[in-house]
Amino acid sequence: MEAGRKPSRRWKRNAKRKNKKNKEKGLLMSALIHQARASYAFFERNWNLTRRYWAWEIVWLVYNVANALSITFLGASAQSWGGKGIDTNRLILYLLIGTSVWSYLSVTFEGVTDLITMERWEGTIEYTFMAPISRFTHLVGSCWYAIAHGLLFTFLQLLVVGSFFHLDLGKANYGTAIFMLLIGSVSFIGFGIAASVLPLLFTERGSQMSYIVRALLLLVSGVYYDIHVMPAWMQPLAQLSPATYVLTGLRAGILDGAPIWSPIVWNSTWPLIIIGLLSVPLGIYIFHIAERYAKRTGKLKRNG
Amino acid sequence: MAIPDLVPAPLLNTIAIDPTSDAIVIAGATKVFKKSRPLLSRLRQHKGNVEDERKRNVLAVDHIDLTVKRREIVGILGANGSGKSTLIRMLSTLLIPDEGSVSIFGYDVVKDEATVQRLINRVSVEASFFKKLSPMENLLYAARLYNMSGADARRRIRAILTRLGIKPERIDAPLEDMSRGMQQKVAIARAFLTSPIVLLLDEPTTGLDPRSKIDVQHFVNELRDVHDATILITTHDMDEADALCDRVAIIDKGRIVVSGDTATLKRAVADLRGLSEPVSMNDVFMHYTASHLITEEDVQRYGSWEKAFEALEAQREEEE
Ligand SMILES: Nc1ncnc2c1ncn2[C@@H]1O[C@H](COP(=O)(O)OP(=O)(O)OP(=O)(O)O)[C@@H](O)[C@H]1O
Ligand SMILES: [Mg+2]
Repeated sequence: MEAGRKPSRRWKRNAKRKNKKNKEKGLLMSALIHQARASYAFFERNWNLTRRYWAWEIVWLVYNVANALSITFLGASAQSWGGKGIDTNRLILYLLIGTSVWSYLSVTFEGVTDLITMERWEGTIEYTFMAPISRFTHLVGSCWYAIAHGLLFTFLQLLVVGSFFHLDLGKANYGTAIFMLLIGSVSFIGFGIAASVLPLLFTERGSQMSYIVRALLLLVSGVYYDIHVMPAWMQPLAQLSPATYVLTGLRAGILDGAPIWSPIVWNSTWPLIIIGLLSVPLGIYIFHIAERYAKRTGKLKRNG
Repeated sequence: MAIPDLVPAPLLNTIAIDPTSDAIVIAGATKVFKKSRPLLSRLRQHKGNVEDERKRNVLAVDHIDLTVKRREIVGILGANGSGKSTLIRMLSTLLIPDEGSVSIFGYDVVKDEATVQRLINRVSVEASFFKKLSPMENLLYAARLYNMSGADARRRIRAILTRLGIKPERIDAPLEDMSRGMQQKVAIARAFLTSPIVLLLDEPTTGLDPRSKIDVQHFVNELRDVHDATILITTHDMDEADALCDRVAIIDKGRIVVSGDTATLKRAVADLRGLSEPVSMNDVFMHYTASHLITEEDVQRYGSWEKAFEALEAQREEEE
């Protein structure tokens, strides 16, 4: 049998020459164009999916608005509980920021994990994993849509919920708010990618498991309360969660009008930069390991 | 009609391919699937019972050797669960072999995964699409992953889908409304679109009507003749295997039991049975996939392997 016959030496030399010439012609450039196209492919596909499932978007928005309202009404009723000196406007805003970060995190997280779930369900995952693209392009391409989608969704929710109250936003610094959300998004992407390993490995309940990750992340980050009210053992966890810093920065910007260059915002920014720089490569690395495991055990197939 | 504009995909320009080397080399490839044990029994920690362990494992592909030359069309035939799809998945970088090696034009499917992915494409038996999206949206997504520009891709998608008999008004309507056969054609278009030099077809024509089957067969032949593609195909349609394949390999329980061109196999089985006329491909299939059912004991009881086989077939017919 001719199995495994080695290529002739002359051919090898020619191949080398060809390779070199191609390199000169800007191999890097064409690789970049390819990865950019692929990354756009994910954006476009996800946008098409959102359009086709628009009714689901509305249902989801109603659900999130209802949740956010029930929490902000809690703030509005604080005075009737005897909290005389309470600044209700501030409390409502404080809670509103919590609900917004909650939705933002949900929508972006889901943008990543849901796609894996959906691709599994449709069976397209084998085709996506077979395509000649790097996993970085695949995951980050899915994420930048998730971020755009999450920002828009959260903004809509904020408009609807805000319209229920007469809020004084005179002090708010919107520049800081957007800045914090964008910086925080990088870390959320990293965590989202790591969480999307769950639907990859656990065919049946993987996406539900990612809800738990998200809920725990927010629990330790002080979504609706100051982290100092948590038991001592939980507080170090808050330092590790990017949501803690996003919430602190956002509140400083919206409640107190802190500009981007103020110390309190900077103190929330640099940890986010560090967590972001670590979590994205780590998330992709974890995904890579899970992918190898799935390819070894045959878990990419639709039916177990 | 020629395949419109099916120039080699832009991806291939940057890969050095030795045109004289074999397209696919599978050497001792093996894949075992382990059924995961329920959590409770894992906690009980009973010692690794070898017999238990073997029952739980499925030996899907068992030391397969196969070499496919460039421009060859090779068919893999075998009963349900014999390991055909598993083999194809190993070739398409979706499963990592436990043992042995698999390479495409000298590039290893595990070590040179990224390069292999540029050379291949695959059609699976399930169409696998985002069902709410249209064929155009689905294929555009696929095309961009293979480095095609939007305008170029749109043109080629329309041309290929039309060629496969999809009506223009269907191209932009959700895929979920299409029949299974039509969806399968879109799946075939997705693979042809990227003009792979190695095409892996896993029951591509299952569910297609006879005319569409022939259309696809023409298309496959054309890919080979005009674009020098190498094709590995699995099918349960013996006429198709006969018409399309230069060579077939019949696998049974994860092992290749016989391989060769269809005419030779048909004559060989006829000779074994002492017939003067060649038998049909169906008979060839029946013959080689029943082999494992016949034991040494049967051979002794009936005098020869052939007699044992006949007895087995007779018994089977009675049961039906
Ligand atoms: N991902 C997987 N996980 C566990 N077992 C698997 C997996 N894929 C295949 N198997 C098992 O491996 C064996 C071979 O399956 P395979 O799908 O390769 O068969 P096939 O020849 O393609 O069959 P068919 O003609 O029905 O398509 C079967 O016993 C199957 O149950
Ligand atoms: Mg199969």
